[in-house]
Amino acid sequence: MGPNGSGKSTLVRGLLRLMPPSAGQLSFASDLKPCQVGYLPQQAAISRGFPASVREVALSGRLGRRGLKPFYSRADRAAAEECLALFRAADLARRNFGELSGGQQQRVLLARALCAAEKLLILDEPAAGLDWALQGELEQIIARVNRERDVTVVMVSHDVQSALANAGLILHLDTEQRFFGTPEAYRASGVGDGFLGCFHEGSLPAAPRGAAPRDTPAPRGAAPHDTPAARDTHPPHDTPAPRGGGHHA
Amino acid sequence: MLETLLALLSYPFLLRALVVGLLVSLTASLLGVSLVLKRYAMIGDGLAHVGFGALAIATVLHAAPLAVALPVVVLAAFLLLRVSERSQIKGDAAIALISTGALAVGVTAVSVSPGVNIDITNYLFGSILATSQSDLMLSIVLAVVVLVLFVLCYHKIMAVTFDETFARATGVNAGFYNALLALLTAVTIVLGMRMMGALLISSLLIFPALTSMRLARSFRGVTLCAASVAVLCFAVGASCSYLGDLPTGSTVVLVNIAAFLLFWTIRTLWRRTS
Repeated sequence: MGPNGSGKSTLVRGLLRLMPPSAGQLSFASDLKPCQVGYLPQQAAISRGFPASVREVALSGRLGRRGLKPFYSRADRAAAEECLALFRAADLARRNFGELSGGQQQRVLLARALCAAEKLLILDEPAAGLDWALQGELEQIIARVNRERDVTVVMVSHDVQSALANAGLILHLDTEQRFFGTPEAYRASGVGDGFLGCFHEGSLPAAPRGAAPRDTPAPRGAAPHDTPAARDTHPPHDTPAPRGGGHHA
Repeated sequence: MLETLLALLSYPFLLRALVVGLLVSLTASLLGVSLVLKRYAMIGDGLAHVGFGALAIATVLHAAPLAVALPVVVLAAFLLLRVSERSQIKGDAAIALISTGALAVGVTAVSVSPGVNIDITNYLFGSILATSQSDLMLSIVLAVVVLVLFVLCYHKIMAVTFDETFARATGVNAGFYNALLALLTAVTIVLGMRMMGALLISSLLIFPALTSMRLARSFRGVTLCAASVAVLCFAVGASCSYLGDLPTGSTVVLVNIAAFLLFWTIRTLWRRTS
């Protein structure tokens, strides 16, 4: 969690080793390889006219774990179809990715991220652009992935209610770490009060669910590199996930 | 028609040129899809100019043309790749700088060397007579290597072209595949530039990719379509140049333009009816 420009996406880029920390260090569990990480970028830099079918895009999520093997196996293809079906994009498989609407593209990119996620799934505002029905389902799908596939989920979200209900741990950033702990402690701490209005029991969040504007990428070097959260992104087994959720950053 | 084709194949130098040309067209079209989509199309043109400079120097020094041009162009490819990765706008300028610089060096070297009696237009616009027997073997070997590497790395090249950040984040060594793409492009350009000409060779990279993107909607579709278009256009272009006594390079480019216009028209009609 955190307001626009607070360093959420920068933290994500650090966790993905796309950006070196400007100070401090990121340590990763020795058994977490980059090819076991799935990632949904906040804004994918994909040009509209790119000739790629939805199936090709989803399959590219399986590429990391292929290692040096040049071609996809039947299992890879089946997994890609399954991920597409999970996000209701199976009927789009033969379509051109660039011609889809923003929400449809988001579903395909979610499927691609899921294809890649063997141990860790990092989602930067996954609800952006999705329709209402799928936004509700997204929570359930992510919770299932976390539970059944034993995948740790790190999610940037503006949906306070959903985070409180589903997350195991919440990190609140505002260029520095403002809060890190369980949802109960977050609710009690009042750190989130100024963020998206008041969200105490029984009240509505100031913005409608998922309608929060996509924020601009955080300024470089603003990452809180040595926060406990960064250190805590380790193997799925020892992350506390009391209610089947992951981290909400 | 058959008779003219047979006549075409009965000259050893024409046969050699045809084989090398078809292989170069094929590899160039495959690499071109990625280059165009990554906005690296100008790199091909820059490399061809560097190749011209290297060929001219090799001629002046009486060295084997391919042996000099290949390492120089490969080096230039890595240089240009790094320059254009750093900054988009400065990268463009840097490519123009390097291409015109290499062109100037080549032209000067040829004109000041006494006893070197070559027609510079052959290098700039290509000549069908340029392929010798030893070039043929080297070209075939290198072209096959490029093809095999491309097929083996096809999915990675696609992923890195489509979304480099995601590929990097999920453990694909994007830097390596960018470098591989630059290397394969350099080899292809050196192989094809004496036949097509330094100023025309990059058309083999760009035209088939753009032509097939008019119709094909998937990356595999575009790749396969570009390969077919490139091979067909070269075969038609080479035959026309033989029949009409026209320069090979420019004729092949003209056929490519015709193919592009054909695909573009089909798409426009298709859009209108559906």
